[in-house]
Amino acid sequence: MDDRSAVRMENVSKRFGSIIANDHVSMNINYGEILSVLGENGSGKTTLMNMLAGIYYPDEGYFYVNGKEVTIKSPHDAYKLGIGMIHQHFKLIDVFTAAENIILGIEGSRTYDLKEVNKRVREIAEQYGFDIDPEQKVYDMSVAQKQTLEIVKILYRGANILILDEPTAVLTPQETSRLFKILRAMRADGKAIVLITHKLNEVLELSDRVTIMRKGQYITTIPTPVATEQILTEAMVGEKVTLDIDRPMPVNPVKRLEIRNLTVYNDEQFKALDNVSFDVYGGEILGIAGISGSGQKELLEAIAGLQRIEEGGSITYYDPDGNVRELTGVSVRDIRNLGIHLSFVPEDRLGMGLVASMGMTENMMLKEYDRGRSPFVNRSASEKVADEVQKELDVVTPSLDTPVRKLSGGNVQKVLVGREIAAEPIILMTAYAVRGLDINKSYTIYNLLTEQKKKGVAVIYVGEDLDVLLALADRILVLCGGKENGVLDARSVTKEEVGRRMTNLVSEEKAS
Amino acid sequence: MSLTSLLAWLNAAVTFGTIIMLGSVGEILTEKSGNLNLGVPGIMYLGAIGALAGAFFYENGNPAPNAVISLIISIVCALIASGLGGLLYCFMTVTLRANQNVTGLTLTIFGSGVANFFGGSLVKLSGGVGQISVAAASSAYRAQIPFLSQKLGIISTIFFNYGFLTYIAILIAVAAGFYLKKTRSGLNLRAVGENPATADAAGINVTKYKYLATTIGAMIEGLGGVYYVMDYIKGTWDTGGGIEALGWLAVALVIFTSWKPISAIWGSFVFGICYWVYLYIPGSISAVLAKAVGTPNPSHMQNLYRMIPYIVTIIILILVSKRKRRDSQNPQSLGISYFREER
Repeated sequence: MDDRSAVRMENVSKRFGSIIANDHVSMNINYGEILSVLGENGSGKTTLMNMLAGIYYPDEGYFYVNGKEVTIKSPHDAYKLGIGMIHQHFKLIDVFTAAENIILGIEGSRTYDLKEVNKRVREIAEQYGFDIDPEQKVYDMSVAQKQTLEIVKILYRGANILILDEPTAVLTPQETSRLFKILRAMRADGKAIVLITHKLNEVLELSDRVTIMRKGQYITTIPTPVATEQILTEAMVGEKVTLDIDRPMPVNPVKRLEIRNLTVYNDEQFKALDNVSFDVYGGEILGIAGISGSGQKELLEAIAGLQRIEEGGSITYYDPDGNVRELTGVSVRDIRNLGIHLSFVPEDRLGMGLVASMGMTENMMLKEYDRGRSPFVNRSASEKVADEVQKELDVVTPSLDTPVRKLSGGNVQKVLVGREIAAEPIILMTAYAVRGLDINKSYTIYNLLTEQKKKGVAVIYVGEDLDVLLALADRILVLCGGKENGVLDARSVTKEEVGRRMTNLVSEEKAS
Repeated sequence: MSLTSLLAWLNAAVTFGTIIMLGSVGEILTEKSGNLNLGVPGIMYLGAIGALAGAFFYENGNPAPNAVISLIISIVCALIASGLGGLLYCFMTVTLRANQNVTGLTLTIFGSGVANFFGGSLVKLSGGVGQISVAAASSAYRAQIPFLSQKLGIISTIFFNYGFLTYIAILIAVAAGFYLKKTRSGLNLRAVGENPATADAAGINVTKYKYLATTIGAMIEGLGGVYYVMDYIKGTWDTGGGIEALGWLAVALVIFTSWKPISAIWGSFVFGICYWVYLYIPGSISAVLAKAVGTPNPSHMQNLYRMIPYIVTIIILILVSKRKRRDSQNPQSLGISYFREER
């Protein structure tokens, strides 16, 4: 056996009720190596690693760490074996400082000395080049800072085997390359690093070997130098797929929205949007790029009538009949009736837009409640819509009345987007429509949006993945800290340029 | 207003405050574990009846009851009774994952029912209202510190005019504050209440912390009931629901203190002062106010004064809801049951 071997898994299985999340999986993790675990959503890669980290307990199978068979019953056991995992949703306490989060759960004397902890954290930060302030509260941190804290937390506990679950999903390109530099430094230090991801470019750029999983099963492991995007995708999906987004040139775009000097304060009385102006055209996709929390949500909500707009801002709507209407101060329902539709996919997917415990039909009904004069609801009309959405978008559900929370993430999103499309919108706004979806399902959504564009709908797409944004959109509006930072031509601009604009205001750069 | 009546007002406020201080410190510990136990009044009832029944059965028929033994028996009985209340709550919400609000409210009804049932029985056994005799225990609870309570003039009256539980209550509050702020275990407990999934991933035994914090919290709340029955109403039983009103004030006080045990000390005394306003406000002020509202009899004003603690509570709740600082908010997972493998 290889003496660099950190973890060996043999025939590991895990079931959740009738769903088999992992089916007799065997694999190896080595020290001094970055291993990518690649797979679609629901392929069981996170579940498998959760078992190694002690979050779940396997139904069968064996784990060997450093050559010895081990039982990992809890995260605590995992820590003792030097295994640490950075979860997709950060496991941090918001009201604690960085240092308090780091020492959480560590055994030791009854009281603790924060100064000592702070010192040790700064040492680790220096060793690998982290940028972290141990006395900062988590709620004051950016996403990248929180992630850094998660990594430091694990290193503080002396972990040698690090598992990162989709670490770049929330980072800008600049932050991603900084993270990769740190991971390489840790590899050089002899640590074993596992990267769970479904982004092919990251796999190819960073890892030494790629393990591919599909539908809970181990498929194969390929050394990265011989891997290509095509090989990986086919192994991951199990069939040939085309990875091109069809992007026709917009056919005589017509101005639909004219947004001028839009300023919005969010619930915390923080200026979320600062004097933003741009136009939206029918027949094109306008992408909106920005680090999460740069005002995307507020912008869409302002257009939909859900946010109060400060004095001086205006949203002007040009309808297909040539009428011009001012939308500020118009009620949400009236805006909807004009044909302006918002489908917002929040982080938990169900939070806004769908009622989790209702079926598809009832969720369709939510937006139809005020139609008709009868005091009773009209089920059959909504049932028809639900049926159409289900057939056209291929939603996998036992019945139209199955509560949507029981559907998988991809299907929930199809219901959400499908409902808005079914209403034949004139302006369609979607935010994070592919959040958490795997490649195949993401492309279904992209194609849906492109089809809407071909029909002359003005599509506003807020996305996280810059590669997709550049391939899907016609123009890209970059938001930086609530300020508009340029509207760029998506066909000619580079990813680096967009990334730079997401973090640095052009006007300030010129000034300095 | 004379100095004597001002001092009497202060004394009454402290006595009253001690009860809700114990109730709210216990509830703070409980809520820090993410358990929103609305059974505080019920648990205080259980503590009260436990103490009373324990002392009663020891003293009844015993020609020369020893005050210290009676006191110890009553405290132990109270801790067991209220601790069991806390355990029941944990079993329902942590192990069976029942809804916390419903469980808590039911516990309040259960506690008050059980306590009044046995309280009524004790009244019968002893031959009528006001006949329950736990004189030894009650006197032990109300005994004052020998030198300090006599010889220091006004200082004695203000600071040393109370039974020992008042000082124990302050000590518990200070200890709870220190525990939450300075100890590793306190840090872990706060993490459990904020985000149990995170605490779990950090290797903290969430179930154990929830059980311990809630049960120990319930015992502290039970002491509030003990103080009520032994000191506040001097070793009798009150079927008028007095404990329940105080229990709810204790829950309100938790929010008022923004979950800080130390603030519960002065907060409870402020509540006490508000509560007793109606007895101690000078007649001349009442007369002026009565004229202003237009009622012929100044004594009618008393009924308005009695509303003060509740109005203050409402105002505080409004102010608290406006509070923006993340650090003074409730534990984030308060009221939510935790299940590790939920997806």
